[in-house]
Amino acid sequence: MSNSNINMVEPPEGVVGEGFFATKLNDVVGLARANSLWPLPFATSCCGIEFMATMASHYDLARFGSERVSFSPRQADMLMVMGTISKKMAPILRQVYEQMAEPRWVIAVGACASSGGIFDTYSVLQGIDKVIPVDVYVPGCPPRPEQIVDGVMKLQEIVKNESVRRRNSPEYQELLASYNIK
Amino acid sequence: MALDTTQIQDKLTETFGSAVFQYQQEKDIFSFEVNADKITAVILFLKNDETTRFNFLTDLCAIHYPENEADRQFAVVYHLHNWYENIRIKIKVYINGETPEIKTVSSIFLSANWMERETYDFYGINFIGHPQLKRILNMDEMVSFPMRKEFPMEDGGRTDKDDRFFGRTIDNC
Ligand code: SF4
Repeated sequence: MSNSNINMVEPPEGVVGEGFFATKLNDVVGLARANSLWPLPFATSCCGIEFMATMASHYDLARFGSERVSFSPRQADMLMVMGTISKKMAPILRQVYEQMAEPRWVIAVGACASSGGIFDTYSVLQGIDKVIPVDVYVPGCPPRPEQIVDGVMKLQEIVKNESVRRRNSPEYQELLASYNIK
Repeated sequence: MALDTTQIQDKLTETFGSAVFQYQQEKDIFSFEVNADKITAVILFLKNDETTRFNFLTDLCAIHYPENEADRQFAVVYHLHNWYENIRIKIKVYINGETPEIKTVSSIFLSANWMERETYDFYGINFIGHPQLKRILNMDEMVSFPMRKEFPMEDGGRTDKDDRFFGRTIDNC
């Protein structure tokens, strides 16, 4: 066992004693959630190719607990939108988001998903935050896999630090209501 | 015996007279204009005649000419291909800008079905007799026809881009 190189996440802050360890439930749940984020790739164009590299062995997103890519919105925690979203696609993206169970997070990968990118035109949605709330924006056209991994790590920080009861908070309810999502 | 352009021209003048005109060689493609009311007849003729044999519709699209007079505001363009001798031709039909409409060729070439829908989607040209003339690429709720010249290039809904940093004026002209 001594020569194994398995990395473990640091335990949260707490009180250690003889045979017990006391900490906050929020922190434990946050730790568990942050290190088992199941991604749902919503890849429509070039940025999706970078995501494939991110998942493959060289960059290996699985190191961060995202081993299992979910292709069903109902079993995913982290919606990763990569690519140009046309206005015709917007209701579908929204529907996918609505099908995800709480807690759910969204990363907008690339300039197109974040702001419409170079496609400042009649058919392209000018950023997915026009239809669904976004937690992390990854800039770039396309972003390198390192940047995508960095975005996922930023999201892990958010997940670790937010309250278990986030979805009951008035701010969150208000946010969803502003997007007209039940 | 190879089919040459004079033969096509002779055949068409013989059958349609002055309804087909403005014959010219544009680079390597033989082109001419057809009166709007004769277009289905001309295409059917070119397809079925045993010397012309234009058996394939490569493309169908439109062009908007806002500067032209009212009756020549839109052009519908047909590209035909003869597979037997590998010859292509281009047909232009000018139509009115107020009520742009023309008869469908989707009963002659089935492939015209989607091309005409696309042309309707982007230019608002009404293809009379088309079996299902509705938008194909854009979303159904759209009210404008985005490839018309008066339609602004950029999306009006953008909120995060400051025109000053993109070298553009307010009305994006
Ligand atoms: S941001 Fe760039 S690379 Fe990514 S989808 Fe848009 S155009 Fe493609």
